[in-house]
Amino acid sequence: MNRRIERYRNILDFALSSLLRRKGKNLSLLGMYTVIVFFIASLVFFIQALKREAALVLDGAPDLVVQRLVAGRDDPIPVAYGYKISAIRGVSEVKPRFWGYYYDPVTRANFTLVASGDDPPGRESIYLGSGVARLMHLNAGNYLSLRGAKGASQVFSVQKILASNSELVAADLIQIREDDFRTLFDFPAGRATDLAVSVRNKVEVPTVAAKIAHEFPDTRPILKSEMLRTYASVFDWRGGMVIVLLFVAVLSFVILAWDKATGLSAEERKEIGILKSIGWETGDVLILKSFEGMVISLTAYLAGVCLAYLHVFFFSAPFFEQALKGWSVLYPQFKLAPFVDPYLLCVLFFLTVCPYTVSTIVPSWLAATVDPDTAMRS
Amino acid sequence: MILHPAILALLIGALLTCFMMLYAGWYGVRILRNWDLQSGSELQLELERRTYLISTLVSYSLTFELISLFLLIYTADRLHILITGAMCAAGTLNANAFGYPLLLLKIVNFLLAGVWLIVNHADNRGHDYPLIRVKYAGLIAIAPLSLYELYYLYAYFSELHADVITSCCGSLFSLERPGISGDLASLPSAPMMIVFYVVMAATLLSGVYCYRTGRGGYLFSALSCAAFVVGIASIVSFISLYIYELPSHHCPFDILQKEYGYIGYPIYALLFGAAVAGMGVGVLTPFRTRGSMVQVIPVFTRRLITITLILYLLFTLIVSYKIVISSFRLGGY
Repeated sequence: MNRRIERYRNILDFALSSLLRRKGKNLSLLGMYTVIVFFIASLVFFIQALKREAALVLDGAPDLVVQRLVAGRDDPIPVAYGYKISAIRGVSEVKPRFWGYYYDPVTRANFTLVASGDDPPGRESIYLGSGVARLMHLNAGNYLSLRGAKGASQVFSVQKILASNSELVAADLIQIREDDFRTLFDFPAGRATDLAVSVRNKVEVPTVAAKIAHEFPDTRPILKSEMLRTYASVFDWRGGMVIVLLFVAVLSFVILAWDKATGLSAEERKEIGILKSIGWETGDVLILKSFEGMVISLTAYLAGVCLAYLHVFFFSAPFFEQALKGWSVLYPQFKLAPFVDPYLLCVLFFLTVCPYTVSTIVPSWLAATVDPDTAMRS
Repeated sequence: MILHPAILALLIGALLTCFMMLYAGWYGVRILRNWDLQSGSELQLELERRTYLISTLVSYSLTFELISLFLLIYTADRLHILITGAMCAAGTLNANAFGYPLLLLKIVNFLLAGVWLIVNHADNRGHDYPLIRVKYAGLIAIAPLSLYELYYLYAYFSELHADVITSCCGSLFSLERPGISGDLASLPSAPMMIVFYVVMAATLLSGVYCYRTGRGGYLFSALSCAAFVVGIASIVSFISLYIYELPSHHCPFDILQKEYGYIGYPIYALLFGAAVAGMGVGVLTPFRTRGSMVQVIPVFTRRLITITLILYLLFTLIVSYKIVISSFRLGGY
């Protein structure tokens, strides 16, 4: 056993020294490879982190949201529906929610106005999300004027700026009292934007949803699991699209690797010829070549993954931000929580190392089976 | 189709494996037709050189096959949130008609590629290529299976649709579809437990007998195949119950999860490793008298028997340990 390990160790030694001897060629290959791994790894990490954030945010979402549809469009739902829904067995609570969007022509940003929550602001006062406060240079005690549905402006005093640890949820948020909300938007009485339904036993949520859909055919119940699923699919889809595009880069890299591996220099051919004439077997040269490939692959893989980790979790992925997060004037500033999943490392390995490895098999074999005398004579 | 990065990775892996296997299969045909060890023709020399390439290709394919088997299960597990009613990989694989056949095909391909590598290893030890025809005939049989696997993989994932919120309806849409059952049919646990220990003991005994006398290779191989099937059936039937400590949870995939200390990985690795080595014994036995194999096969078979026995023994020990330390007791089942 020891002899065998010793043999592999010696071949690895030789592979390393032969890689070092051809620094220029191998470093350029390594560089390209690292860049490819870096891009794909950044993408995969970024999607994973966004999915996690979305799941964390949705953790506090209600089990079930009931919206009303009129001609296929959202319409305020009668609060009276809520009373009937709360009579369904298994439903523990129904809360009408009031929320909407407000477009601010000065900053060209859309704010989310919410009039629910356990701790509402005082009359004609609001809480501001940190993003809104930053954008409009407002602090607690300042005033903000909002143009109402009837054209008249309403002035609100800023009571508090929401903590920045909830930035992802609260960046564009303005929290307001329910009566102020109704006046501002001229919201119909007895209606709410939607109903948040809590169900005691989570297994019963689909049954409750089915009952609601049956009893109120003009509504659409949306489960929390459906929201999670939709977010996950959207992020996967976006990431998958970008990977498909990036795969063109992987393919061109594979062609480059193939080309580099096939185009043995006269010196390399001579080297292999000498090795074989001093007793190396074809199998040994194959091992040597695959070790060379492995060293390059693993180095590039490790370097690429580490750089991607820094890129995504320390620099917030500047390369992919626009494409994957979506865009908005008022975008939350947030750092993604560092998290690496061994499963993703395996996926990355398949996406990057496998194509490269396969592309080097045939060239390695071509090199290994060269005749010693022809090689040395050339 | 869900454009999940892991699905793309699996498809790329399968595409590469399929390409390598078909390439190897194509040269398999040429070797079968033109191989003549006595000849010193250019074609013969070229074919002899090709054998190196082909064994490298198949060993890479096997490695990919092994990693992608676990990756498939893990991906199926991750995707369960996208499918209504699916609780884990069992549900996701059940989402369309291609899921379970795909898994089965992957397992079969892995086992066949493993056995092929064993034959290849034995053949390389002999100086006169005694198993070359057998080996390449086998390769021609395996190569189309990898094409089949690629097709199933593609079909499975392209038929897999996430149940997302559509603009017209929310959960109503999900509810129109029947839920996907994540349950697997399982055999009764008490008789299965007896069968499990009996088969393992029989494999052990026949292995010891075969090791000492050099006879009974077929019986040992058949028993180790049976032990593999019984092992998988036992995981579903009763081993999983002890690991999850739940009398109704028979899932063979959840044991790969972090919650259960990733115990599934050593369990399956031991089981698959033992099955490949055990099957290898049976495949090599008919050739033990052929040419230079007289010296190679008996020694090699002994080593394979040892490996099979150690792996099955470890498997049985881990499983029994889990059963003994578990606070769960199958009283009324």
